[in-house]
Amino acid sequence: MTTPSLLNAFLSVVRRDLILAYRHRAELINPLAFFVMVVTLFPLAVGADVELLRRIAPGVIWVAALLASLLSMDALFRSDFEDGSLELMVMTPHPLSVLVLAKVSAHWLLSGMPLILITPLLAAMFDIESDVIGILFITLFLGTPVLSLIGAIAVALTVGLRKGGVLLAILVLPLYVPVLIFASGAVDAAAAGLPVSGQLYMMSAMLFLAITLTPWPTAAALRMSLS
Amino acid sequence: MTTRPLFEARQLACIRDDRVLFSGLDFQVQGGQVLLIEGPNGSGKTSLLRILTGLRNPDEGELVWCGTTVVELAALFYQDVAYVGHMNGMKDDLSVTENLKFTQALAIAALSIDEGLRKVGLDGYQDTPIRYLSAGQRRRLALARLLCTQKRLWILDEPFTSLDKASIKMFESYIEDHVAAGGITIMTSHHDTGLPAHIVQKIELRP
Repeated sequence: MTTPSLLNAFLSVVRRDLILAYRHRAELINPLAFFVMVVTLFPLAVGADVELLRRIAPGVIWVAALLASLLSMDALFRSDFEDGSLELMVMTPHPLSVLVLAKVSAHWLLSGMPLILITPLLAAMFDIESDVIGILFITLFLGTPVLSLIGAIAVALTVGLRKGGVLLAILVLPLYVPVLIFASGAVDAAAAGLPVSGQLYMMSAMLFLAITLTPWPTAAALRMSLS
Repeated sequence: MTTRPLFEARQLACIRDDRVLFSGLDFQVQGGQVLLIEGPNGSGKTSLLRILTGLRNPDEGELVWCGTTVVELAALFYQDVAYVGHMNGMKDDLSVTENLKFTQALAIAALSIDEGLRKVGLDGYQDTPIRYLSAGQRRRLALARLLCTQKRLWILDEPFTSLDKASIKMFESYIEDHVAAGGITIMTSHHDTGLPAHIVQKIELRP
């Protein structure tokens, strides 16, 4: 018997989620608006000290990105769980972990990517030097997919609960900390003119580990939530 | 169709909230048969069906599909299983065609989408988003989903809910066709089915 193509399944999950997101454009703005608001409120709160702002900016941007990512995570499996399409996705001959990876990829394209794209603008607002902006950009590129992938495990665990929001944050935030530490470490080192390759290698390692390892626990957690 | 498929349950038990819904349940269904599960509300019909689909693990016992346990088959089992549950599993914001295309992308296609829709009387609704369909139309779309993918085992949970008499007849005739082609259907229903008695095997669950 012929098996349906796995790549085709992966792409159709991504495409379906992108189409759905396009039909709910207003919801796409939420994490982005949150991100921009938090980052722009900081200078108003701490005062117009250029030196201070330049120093705290990378940290502020990273914390805001992390919280924005957390904010958008809850929707990852919610609607599929509620209308029963998750059940059908579990009941396919394809490995659920691959379909999970497809869903997380689509989710990152919609929630992580816009944050990364708008970051140079916000960084310019804080008067960060251009080569530091480059490093900040790279850390976000390596780091935000890790946030989505790790968050997916916790979302899969809590999707069956009616009020899983706080639990989700408690489960996920400790796991986000290493990403935050290495990312801000890299940006700090870049600002001080030190080499950053160590931190970037570490973040790349985290990204590849997350891509290869997190879909399995996520798939297992989804099966548990459904049974 | 190579060999006639065979689905066996051995000593199934289901426990929910410390209550034993059923235990020691055995049955065998062959290609060409319909297994009708009957029982009052709360007797565990849906739980049984969810166990049969593999969505839920039985608390005891095992399921065997064509000689291999479902646990061993894992994802391969789902090449053969189609499930229609209480929820239709369709995306409200996608059109009828988009939904069916997605279903087909995850399985092996049988009928074309247009043909499937024509067979369930939804021709002309191709581009309508699901949210504009009535409950009965959504149910018929779930039937179209069965027809558009090639699965040997249909597991249907109350498939006739919100369907009118004509649609129930139509649904039943497609179940008969499916079974006549060597497939298996396992279903629950509160309605009396018009399926011919010689192909129907009944199980009654008592609370």
